[in-house]
Amino acid sequence: MKHKPFFWFVLPSALAMLCFIFFPIISVVVQSVHVAHEQVIKVVETCDLFGCKESTTVDQDATDALRAERPLGQFAGLTTYADINHLAIDEVGDNWRQSNSWREFGSQMLNLPFYKAIGFTLTFTFIVTPLVIVFGFIIAVAVNAAVQKIRGPLIFFSLLPMMITPLVGALILFWMVDARGIIGATLQYLAGDPDLSVKASTPLTWIMLMVYGVWHSAPFAFIVYYAGLQSVNQDTLEAARVDGANRWLQIRHVIIPHLLPLTTFIALMQLMDNFRVFEPIVSFSAEAHATSLSWAIYNDLGGETRQLSSAAATSVLTIIGVAILLSPVLVRTWREFDRK
Amino acid sequence: MFFKKIALVSVLAITAGTAHAACEISGNVSIVGNEFPAIQTVAKGAAACSGGEVKSNLTADHQKINVDGMSGNPAEYSSAIIANSSIVALMNEDVIRPLNDLVAEYGQDIPKNQLITIDGNIMAVAFMANAQTLAYRKDVLAEIGADVPSSYEDVLAAAEKIRAAGISQYPVGGAYKAGWNLAQEFTNMYIGHGGEFYNAGTAEVAINNAQGVATLNMLKKLTEYMNPDFLTHDSNATGAEMEAGNVVIMNMWGSRMGSLMDAEGAEEQVYSNITVGGPLTVAGGTTPASTLWWDGWTVAKNISDEDAVATFLAMKHGTSPAILNDETMSQAVWMIEGYTPAPVNDGVFAAIAAGTISYPMLPYHGLLHTALGNNISDFLLGKESAEQALADTEAAYTAAAKEKGFLN
Repeated sequence: MKHKPFFWFVLPSALAMLCFIFFPIISVVVQSVHVAHEQVIKVVETCDLFGCKESTTVDQDATDALRAERPLGQFAGLTTYADINHLAIDEVGDNWRQSNSWREFGSQMLNLPFYKAIGFTLTFTFIVTPLVIVFGFIIAVAVNAAVQKIRGPLIFFSLLPMMITPLVGALILFWMVDARGIIGATLQYLAGDPDLSVKASTPLTWIMLMVYGVWHSAPFAFIVYYAGLQSVNQDTLEAARVDGANRWLQIRHVIIPHLLPLTTFIALMQLMDNFRVFEPIVSFSAEAHATSLSWAIYNDLGGETRQLSSAAATSVLTIIGVAILLSPVLVRTWREFDRK
Repeated sequence: MFFKKIALVSVLAITAGTAHAACEISGNVSIVGNEFPAIQTVAKGAAACSGGEVKSNLTADHQKINVDGMSGNPAEYSSAIIANSSIVALMNEDVIRPLNDLVAEYGQDIPKNQLITIDGNIMAVAFMANAQTLAYRKDVLAEIGADVPSSYEDVLAAAEKIRAAGISQYPVGGAYKAGWNLAQEFTNMYIGHGGEFYNAGTAEVAINNAQGVATLNMLKKLTEYMNPDFLTHDSNATGAEMEAGNVVIMNMWGSRMGSLMDAEGAEEQVYSNITVGGPLTVAGGTTPASTLWWDGWTVAKNISDEDAVATFLAMKHGTSPAILNDETMSQAVWMIEGYTPAPVNDGVFAAIAAGTISYPMLPYHGLLHTALGNNISDFLLGKESAEQALADTEAAYTAAAKEKGFLN
């Protein structure tokens, strides 16, 4: 394509990206390096239904002047990033010096909110993503092998988990694993432990969240692979069959190589999606056992006093995390493109 | 025919509603607030005013939208219905106006104790009260021969007897869901132990002390008698556990007692025996381990004087004796003239009489509440010591308070 038509062709989407992606990110970064003005607190008498007592309030007149002067707040640099609710630089340093073993160091780190969140987020991402790819592939091959007549309904049912709103899907599983739900009661029976409760145990909660993650995302991998299977070269397959390749060998040497580029695509999308794991934690009320970076942002904004700078700092750290996570795949794609 | 009848009945109902509504306004009113029956009644009462448009947006997520909705000029919402914890966010952002002039001109008949006054400025008008108090099954307590508990120690003793008698494995209930609910339970218990949250007159937190540790230990002892999933149970879930007959004793919101004691959702044996008691004390203290709450309405700062007057009049009408009828009477402990308490409201009145302390209305307390909700579940799960959990809470709060400008 000539340069000029290319420019006009790309302009609308470039503009949209600028407005809806680039500028918001800039604004989040700016927010994250500012904190609120010093609040002037005064002691006052407060009266409510139940009587009067001494308490404190913000002196609005004194604070107003500061706000009008610098509406963004005080410039704080990276202090929000370094505080205990985020990277906790000082605390990590102390842990490093004081802990006697890796084990102790690890448990101290997981007591810091950011590292607790990132611990679960990474575990979730690296367990769920490969499982989604494997299950999606198996379902796609199975559906593709089914008789033409029942393929439509099969595809529909395979896609159901993706169609259900994540919050609702998670709630359904949440009630099923309840100690009195069908899965929870079955587990108690199988384990022979009438007090077994998935929701009360941290490891079981993690497993439940990951099972949900796979259940919800496998249809995405399935539909992409299924579309890919439709374009498998039939002549090659035919030739393989004539050469005496059994079903497994056909899959191994014809189908998998054909679907490999799609795997890169699915891995990219799933890494991004799983790194932002959020809905299941809310639906499963799992915050006592597992938190994620997205959950931390939600929690900062959901309290009675909103912590915008804290949420902004976590958002920037999430973006950096996604970038690091995707870099190997992106580098690979770029090299392949270069080779061509 | 059937639809005609319904239409006729609703027309009659609407005209009946407006018949004793002598409320004329000349301006527009837009209300944002939480969603439960009592608030709906207030919004409906305000909407009975004629002469201007009265809109309302009632949602459980009201706290996420009310500050933004009132920050613009003109503000999207002319009134926010809030509680003593959530008014602080509006005052911190300076989006609600003092009502002194409006009260002087139009509100002389509002009883003085309903006016929420901070530093001489009337910032809100309260219309209902709430508190967490005891709810128990009188048949089960009679069966094991226990008196009605008046302290958490009594609760533990009764729970042990109930378990030993094989009546229920997990007889104690509580809204211990990690997050807001759990932090609220800590707040109650800490106040019951006589704890102070801050160094006097400052935003410096001070909960890592003997009372804090005793509070956590008591919470943990109670959880030993609770359903193992207690960290996922909010007040809805624990209420359902009581209606299912599993929970025998719990600390419950006054505003939710009605739905426990009605015939819906439970067997007769259960709902007819659920009884409301007063607030519990702990560790031999006299201050109940509970907090008093009020709900009230405010008027936005960034609206025209005309709309402010209209909002004031409409909200005043929405919380006037005109809204009380057979249906609305039991929805809350109304702080409105002409209100006659029902047995479901005994607990809240007992809490007021026992000198329960109001939930702290401090600019920075929301941050501590969030920090508590995130950090004390690790102790209840047995992952760390009480001191560590309290130290983590203090550190998380201090970082947040620095970010919000309350500490340097």
